[in-house]
Amino acid sequence: MSLMVVHKLTQQFRRSVVLSSRGIMATLTQRVIALRSWLGGLSVLLFLATWHLATRYGGLPAFILPSPAAVGQRFLRAVMEGLLIEHTLITLLEVMVGLVTGASLATLIGYGVAKSRLLENLLAPYLVASQAIPMVAVAPLLIIWFGPGLFSKFLICALIVFFPVLINTVVGVRAVPKVYYELMRSLRATRRQTLLKLEVPAAMPILLGGLRIGATLSVIGAVVGELVGSDRGLGYLIYVGRSQYDTALVFVAVFTLIAMALGLYGLVTLLEKTLLAWQEQPRL
Amino acid sequence: MTSPTTPILTVHNLSAVFPDNNGGLQALDRVSFQVYPREFLAVLGPSGSGKSTLLRIIAGLLQPTEGKVSFGDHRQPRIGMVFQQATLMPWRTVIQNIMLPLELDGTDPQQARARARELIDLVGLQSFENHWPRELSGGMAQRVAIARALIHDPDLLLLDEPFASLDALTRERMWAELLRIWQARQKTVIMVTHSISEALFLADRVIVFSARPGRVKLDLNVDLPRPRTDEMRYTAHFGRLARRLKDTIE
Repeated sequence: MSLMVVHKLTQQFRRSVVLSSRGIMATLTQRVIALRSWLGGLSVLLFLATWHLATRYGGLPAFILPSPAAVGQRFLRAVMEGLLIEHTLITLLEVMVGLVTGASLATLIGYGVAKSRLLENLLAPYLVASQAIPMVAVAPLLIIWFGPGLFSKFLICALIVFFPVLINTVVGVRAVPKVYYELMRSLRATRRQTLLKLEVPAAMPILLGGLRIGATLSVIGAVVGELVGSDRGLGYLIYVGRSQYDTALVFVAVFTLIAMALGLYGLVTLLEKTLLAWQEQPRL
Repeated sequence: MTSPTTPILTVHNLSAVFPDNNGGLQALDRVSFQVYPREFLAVLGPSGSGKSTLLRIIAGLLQPTEGKVSFGDHRQPRIGMVFQQATLMPWRTVIQNIMLPLELDGTDPQQARARARELIDLVGLQSFENHWPRELSGGMAQRVAIARALIHDPDLLLLDEPFASLDALTRERMWAELLRIWQARQKTVIMVTHSISEALFLADRVIVFSARPGRVKLDLNVDLPRPRTDEMRYTAHFGRLARRLKDTIE
């Protein structure tokens, strides 16, 4: 979620950059942008340096806070052993399958809910409940029912992705202005044409917003599922690292998860850039 | 222009009542009139007089409570509609927006593109065909909407206060544009408006609606010669006609 905040701030910043860039401000703006990307790198370096100093002079044992170098070494070893790749792939599989099935089902049902009051009233209690129940609390149940294998993880990821995508689908479809439907009807468009040429593209920005949230939530779902009961995946690796006081391994797994979430987030952003070119700000 | 041929459209005893809390809101009350081929008809009335309802019934978007709309050759006519807002699809470029009606009826894309280009020329947006709607001014967007309404060669062009959201200067420029396009394409037009000078300047005939429920109070032939020029708007005759419309509305 904090990623959303960061993203919003970046967008606001970008917007203010665009506004201030008209005319003679252009070169200055380019410098600001260059500075901004430098600042990002600088803050990461600063973070690593602080971390290093904290482990060096903080007097904390390595099983509480390993040094960046130790984490780096542990990372290399985990890669060499094939351990990291294997568990990363498992988690990635869970995340992707959960995301794709959860998001597709949510889009289909969301469309139905947006179009039919009956369906909305019928499903409303479940939809609200599915938002209210924390997935962490349900995960053990799902593992009891469906075993510690991949299937229960798919289910957890799909469930956690389901609600935000569904809500965004409903909002997106309902937000299509009535006059566009009148336009389509005056041209005698079929239901199918109205769906494909009006509703899908009109709802796309909000739909992708749901997918963006869903992507990061899916990673959380997979890890929660693995922590509760599994013998594979990055969540399992965290569990193992903790129980063996191999804190560096925990760090390795956490950073890999962060990278995975960022990668998925970037993928959705890329999708937005391609599909929503029409609403992009003019380029500098 | 009102030649004694068969009407392209007959509106017969049309009433429309919308359900509400106390017995229904009557929008139209026994409205009857005829429209002839290539006629430019303006429907003038105060806001809330059911003008838009009438247009939506003719377009088949609404069902009347009573009465009926029949068309000259007894088939549903092809309709081109322009709304108060341009209603361009923001995810389509100018040319893609104009091509929409042809895409819906399955015209060959190559052919559709060629016809869209002709219309882009007609409405004077040559260098904008690949622009996004957000890059257009209000007047330009409305010209795209007019091009889109014309591309499938409709039998009937329905304009629902198409220039109401534009500023006064742009609006008057659009009048001249619309007349030029109408003369080039020879369409039957029904335009709803609440502007007296717009109705007089553009139309062959003006039907005046009363305040709710909408009823035909006056059916006036506009005997100003074509082509219309700006000068005509300042003649005594234009003034007399405007006076008459104004008195009828009040």
